[in-house]
Amino acid sequence: MIRKSGLVAAGLGAVFCVATVAAPAAAETPKRGGILTYMIPADAPPSFDGHRETTFATVHAAAPFYSVLIRVHPNNPSSTTDFVCDLCTEMPTPTDDGKTYTFKIRQGVKFHDGTPLTAYDVAASWRKIISPPEGVSSARQSYYAIVDKLETPDQATVVFRLKFATGAFLPALADPFTWIYEKAILDKDPHWYEKNIMGSGPFKLAGYEIGQSIKGVRNPDYYHPGQPYLDGFTGIFAPKQAVRVDAIRADRAAGEFRGLPPSARDQLQQELGDKVVMQSSDWNCGNVITPNHKKKPFDDVRVRRALTLAIDQWHGAPALAKIANVKTVGGIVFPGSPLAATKEELQTLAGYWPDIEKSRAEARRLLKEAGLEGLAFELLNRNIDQPYKFVATWLIDEWSKVGLRVTQRVVPTGPWYESMRSGNFDVVVEASCNSVVNPLLDVQKYLPHTVFTENYGNYEDQQLIDLYQKMLRETDGAKQRALMRDFEKRVLDTEAHEMVMTYWNRIIPLRSYVKGWKIGPSHYLNQDLANVWLDK
Amino acid sequence: MHRYIVNRVLLLIPTLVGAAAVVFVLMRLIPGDICVLRLGSGGMSVNPRAIALCHAELGLDRPLIVQFLDFVWGFFRLDFGISMWSGKPVAEEIAARLPISLEIAVLATVIAILIAIPLGTISALKQNSWIDHVVRTVAIAGIATPSFWLGIVSLLAVLSISHAVFGAPWMPPIDYVPFWQDPLHNLSVAILPALTVGYRYSAVTMRMTRSAMLEVLREDYIRTARAKGLVERLIVNRHALKNALLPVVTLIGIEFAFLIGGLVVTEQVFNINGVGRLLVLAIQNQDYTLTQALVMLTVTIFVLANLVVDLLYAWLDPRIRFA
Amino acid sequence: MVDLAPPYVATAAAAAESPRSLRAGIIGFCRRQPLGTVGLVLVIVMAVAGLSAEWIAPYSPTSNNFAAMTEAPSWAHLMGTDQFGRDLFSRIIFGARTALIVGFSCAIVGGLAGLVLGVASAYFGGRLDLFLQRVFDVVMAFPLIIMALAVVAVFGSGVYNVIVAITIPLIPRCARVVRSSALAIREVPYIDAARACGFGHTRIILRHMVPNVLAPFLIMLTAFVGQAILAEASLSYLGLGVQEPTAAWGLMLQGGAEEYASTAPWIAVFPGAAIALTVFGFSLFGDALRDVLDPRLRDR
Repeated sequence: MIRKSGLVAAGLGAVFCVATVAAPAAAETPKRGGILTYMIPADAPPSFDGHRETTFATVHAAAPFYSVLIRVHPNNPSSTTDFVCDLCTEMPTPTDDGKTYTFKIRQGVKFHDGTPLTAYDVAASWRKIISPPEGVSSARQSYYAIVDKLETPDQATVVFRLKFATGAFLPALADPFTWIYEKAILDKDPHWYEKNIMGSGPFKLAGYEIGQSIKGVRNPDYYHPGQPYLDGFTGIFAPKQAVRVDAIRADRAAGEFRGLPPSARDQLQQELGDKVVMQSSDWNCGNVITPNHKKKPFDDVRVRRALTLAIDQWHGAPALAKIANVKTVGGIVFPGSPLAATKEELQTLAGYWPDIEKSRAEARRLLKEAGLEGLAFELLNRNIDQPYKFVATWLIDEWSKVGLRVTQRVVPTGPWYESMRSGNFDVVVEASCNSVVNPLLDVQKYLPHTVFTENYGNYEDQQLIDLYQKMLRETDGAKQRALMRDFEKRVLDTEAHEMVMTYWNRIIPLRSYVKGWKIGPSHYLNQDLANVWLDK
Repeated sequence: MHRYIVNRVLLLIPTLVGAAAVVFVLMRLIPGDICVLRLGSGGMSVNPRAIALCHAELGLDRPLIVQFLDFVWGFFRLDFGISMWSGKPVAEEIAARLPISLEIAVLATVIAILIAIPLGTISALKQNSWIDHVVRTVAIAGIATPSFWLGIVSLLAVLSISHAVFGAPWMPPIDYVPFWQDPLHNLSVAILPALTVGYRYSAVTMRMTRSAMLEVLREDYIRTARAKGLVERLIVNRHALKNALLPVVTLIGIEFAFLIGGLVVTEQVFNINGVGRLLVLAIQNQDYTLTQALVMLTVTIFVLANLVVDLLYAWLDPRIRFA
Repeated sequence: MVDLAPPYVATAAAAAESPRSLRAGIIGFCRRQPLGTVGLVLVIVMAVAGLSAEWIAPYSPTSNNFAAMTEAPSWAHLMGTDQFGRDLFSRIIFGARTALIVGFSCAIVGGLAGLVLGVASAYFGGRLDLFLQRVFDVVMAFPLIIMALAVVAVFGSGVYNVIVAITIPLIPRCARVVRSSALAIREVPYIDAARACGFGHTRIILRHMVPNVLAPFLIMLTAFVGQAILAEASLSYLGLGVQEPTAAWGLMLQGGAEEYASTAPWIAVFPGAAIALTVFGFSLFGDALRDVLDPRLRDR
């Protein structure tokens, strides 16, 4: 039997969970039947249109109803390079110097209302994402700026022509929000999908109660043989963590798919023992500390470097990991990716030096040189416990060790965005969350505001932009990795534009009768539930 | 009397318009933009074109005075507009959540009345005895305890006790089912929140009953009734209680209106899909139309409750009626 | 209700007469109002704790100690530690200071404003009364959370802005109660007689109306302190109150208390108990005060 192993503590205390790599599900025969009840840690999603929204609530609620073109491997979602076909027949090799991707679409797929799905539907959906018509919004439009043309030579082929070859395209194509809609419906009303659901996925919509729950039943015509194993599912909206934990305890729900903090994990394991299974994984989300370069003294690179040198990431991470959902120290690239820095490479960067005393001495020296010993400033933070407030509390303590006096200004999400966008802050605790691990696109975040509008650091850096453009077009793996190291060094060390805090850690509890679901590095991934089954 | 009623009803209008203006201004004072919130959730990058589109869709690019007039005029036509967050009509959003909140409020009131009035009366009759001290202590504990803390503790208690007694932890169901469909399921959802809210409610009512009864029991006509030789129970029921109930009824009416505010925190604790939770959500999302509608709903209930109570008072107390 | 000579003034005056009678008065109070005495003791304990926090607290309330996270109560940490390793006992003591600052400020400011407005409303009557009543209605009907969120979002969080946010809804409540007491006084003949004698408004208000509403006003004040502390707890629970790393009871209930409710219950239990006990104390004392000051409620 495949089990994630865990040690149950006799009393209260740290419980360690080991995330083992999933063995393929073929070792056990899935049983058909049963309804999976899970919690969605949000109030209702703003709309059901995946192209338009960015919240995981939309994905957790509606992904089971839809198909996508390609996706991360459902049985191996933690891999950052393993992409497989959902609606296509096989993963294409790019032709034309890497600029053209030709996809053949499966035959015999039907939407839930019986209409057959063809390449025209795939193309219509992708056109809505890449270049939406007037009045329609596409949240991730900028990811696909590299697409030059989208063609459908026949009813079973879709061709993407790019402006230049880049390794960033395929992961972007596997984005979990890129649901395939019916062309006939889109032609009549491109806004229809905001309030309605009509897909070709493993489940059909069975009911939606506002703010309460969403229900699905098996789609008997699903094109992956044997799937879905479940008869249906019920997703219950429950924003309060304590309620979710209690519900899992009392078996009112089998689990949730976003992530719980370590204390909840400890509590559930202590109470349920082997009736609950914990999966955990590094999360493609992290906190980023951004000083406002337009506010003195943060325009002085010495001050920024002092800020990062004061922080003891290597010792702070394990301590924080016991109380907050963070774990792995990393640079600007997700730690599981081939483009990420190794520990040795990281330790050469400011803020990651293995000798913290030396690091802090350097920080104090820099502050003294800039004439700003004992500098006092305000840290802007978002009003969410996990892990924002925990990280901030720890940071303030770290900074006090080099004489910096920092106070916190905690605001709800709305004012937090507003303060960042208007530049009304000294230093801010930001978050950076992405779905598919796509380092080339993910590090765009560190580019200056002129290129990436959501960068709130207010700095200019042409050298950084040039480095990035070179990296994006580089096709040789080793050279690209070297360029990434240069980029990273400039962002974190030389210019200390931003500071990357410990990457978040995803802990997913599922009652032991839930099988088949594997954890991935993002809570947006692998949510169509087609390969989940209940051992009851 | 008629003039009094008409006067009071007419006075509702400036109150409501005033409240509308206050909530309109307050919401727009809070920095933040629902479009950014909606499209930037989770920390992913936000598309500026999408935001501009969103503003146009929601009418946020119109001048403020136009938005305000639209809001007020809509309110009087009973058209509350579309929720900025979900795009559904506000009336639909509220209607989906009102039943459970009302149920909890009504249950809490019933619990409060059933407990408070008898206990308050006994406490007054036996002033300064040990019964009085116990009742007063219990009542004050009810007012002093934060209701959400009580909710957390009670939920934990239910889980732990059921675990200890039955071997498996039991928790009330987390999804709402209407009463006629499955009364047991429905009541088990509502009972813990109702008790949590009702405890405080009954505590306040108990104290008011006690002090009102104490005042009445000192009146001359009670002394006369006793001198006449009437049985104590008759005195209490026929004379004292009726007069004491006046301020108590006032309090119950006003506290019921305040319940809506109390529900906000309770619904968070128990994950009830009610109007309290909707209000918090609407404020956090900066959903102007929904927040405005909910606040106006609360304000209207409050002033109507006050009106009913005032009218009841006038009807029951001839001195006020003929003032 | 004919006999409305200022009874409260007489009582207060009698109490102030001589030291011997004052001590006797206090002892008498303790004997006749045992619950009130308990309440007073609780209040004094909290006040002393809050005022002398720096001297009594064994640890600093804000320094993290990652080596001692979520430790159970022990001799080293009398109430255990929270998820940052901060000593709970010290945080509770410093929290008493925050609670009392919030409680007293809100009560006094709100009470005084309410007193002024309520008396003015009752005395002058007419359109001023009508207008103020409507304003009170609007403010009272507003959910506290919106007011608090607006104040906090516009002016920033922190103790002072929380005080502003909580005080605003208290004012009309006080004004209402004061107004109805004052209204009763206003109908009494001697007020009209005083006007006929040519006494100014201020003199009449200060010498006749205010002393008579003083008793319910004082009782309201004690109730307000309790309500303000509870309101701060609710606001902090919703994330709108005082911010980390300040020690405040409501904030302690929010920061991780629910998360750790099963594994480290002391994190939630002690702050909740502190809030409950303090408000309990104020309420008991306020009740006893009412029983003493209102001769109609005295023991037969």
